[in-house]
Amino acid sequence: MIIESIDWAPLWLTLRLATVTTLILLIIGTPFAWWLSRTTCRFKTAIEAVVALPLVLPPTVLGFYLLVGLGPHGPVGSVWHNLGGDALVFTFTGLVIGSTIYSLPFIVQPLQNTFESLGQDLLEAAATLRASPLNRFFTVVVPLARPGFLTAITLAFAHTVGEFGVVLMIGGNIPGKTKVVSIAILDHVESLEYQEAHLLSAGLLLFAFVVLFIVYTLNRRYKLSLT
Amino acid sequence: MSRLKYVLGAVLCGVMVSLSAQAGEVSVAVAANFSAALDQIVRKFESASGHHVLVSSGSTGKLYAQVVNGAPFDVFLAADSERPMRMESENLAVAGSRYTYAIGRLVLWSPTAGFVDGNGQILRQGQFQHLAMANPKAAPYGTAAMETLESMGLLKSLQARLVQGGDIAQTYQFVATGNAELGFVSLAQIKAAEQKYQGSYWLVPQTLHRPISQQAVLLEKGRNNAAARDFLAYLKGKEARAIIENNGYVMP
Repeated sequence: MIIESIDWAPLWLTLRLATVTTLILLIIGTPFAWWLSRTTCRFKTAIEAVVALPLVLPPTVLGFYLLVGLGPHGPVGSVWHNLGGDALVFTFTGLVIGSTIYSLPFIVQPLQNTFESLGQDLLEAAATLRASPLNRFFTVVVPLARPGFLTAITLAFAHTVGEFGVVLMIGGNIPGKTKVVSIAILDHVESLEYQEAHLLSAGLLLFAFVVLFIVYTLNRRYKLSLT
Repeated sequence: MSRLKYVLGAVLCGVMVSLSAQAGEVSVAVAANFSAALDQIVRKFESASGHHVLVSSGSTGKLYAQVVNGAPFDVFLAADSERPMRMESENLAVAGSRYTYAIGRLVLWSPTAGFVDGNGQILRQGQFQHLAMANPKAAPYGTAAMETLESMGLLKSLQARLVQGGDIAQTYQFVATGNAELGFVSLAQIKAAEQKYQGSYWLVPQTLHRPISQQAVLLEKGRNNAAARDFLAYLKGKEARAIIENNGYVMP
């Protein structure tokens, strides 16, 4: 039976990549988005433009820079090499770096918008109750910004699942390490293995729909409970 | 005055019709290893014939899949004989047009001078993290690389260090950027970049893999394209053969 013979490893790898990338993006992106929402720095617009670059550029541009930059002769790769680090290109770590850059706007933009829409008064009230800044953030901002977080997490996760061009350029098609599902599908299509391609594609389609459906449902329920 | 305009118009029309009758267009799908040689051939062919050639390069397997799905190519220059043969039996190619235009050679290459020895012993010593090769499912040079590792009994021990390019051009670029220390590429690619890299390579003996006989076919879509037939005739000619040999191929 074809279902049994098909290799599902690319699907698991993709989910692992998307999960790791989303977690890292949350850790980096949340303070960054908060800073962007409050700063009056005169470079703010320029920084926002840089964050949005992956939305506009074809993934091959990022893939090319990563291939050259992370390589042993590249500016980042050579430093990393001298520090005793292993190769970055063709590794899971390399894909995480690429995906983090590639999906950055999908975390930062929704969070920044949400943070900007929050008023100052609740935070000030919390401050008069002697809540520390960190305390204020986790007890006031995070609950209020829940829809924003949900949107950001979904988008970043989904975008990483759908990643293709960057991985194509720096992955090297290694089973279990860099052969994500989008690459596996290409591989099957180019080898005219349409049954396998159909199954993986259908699996991915179903998965994406279910994730988005759950998120929209949660989001709606949350908004309704607010009113 | 109006008569003059009429005459001029008719002459212009006549010129354009005769031009379009002579200068045709050929779409050539070419296996990535041969694209540098093809460029040189195309330049000469275009200036000799007045025809225009559109080149699409990729792995043999990918291009085959595209033709199966109706890609508008007139001529296919594959890196193996298996797919052109299949095309013939599947009525995708014009019967009798298939022939071997070159025999390719596989090399193990590194852009670092002195890195690859003349016997491929580096593969046994294993002083490297990544060994690049083309995807053996799609690219004949990848298949040959796989067979070479198998013949040497190294496939199992090196499996974890293999990285695959989608075609031989991407494989080359993995090695040229230093991301893989060495890789199996085509001799033609090394020849084309001789000036750029000192490098070191091992010309893999043809006893270690099945010969890479690269075949050309006239595709069904090009059956009635005179320019496509002209191109194939030119490819068999003396000038083209000299270019092919110069690029590191053996003539059959």
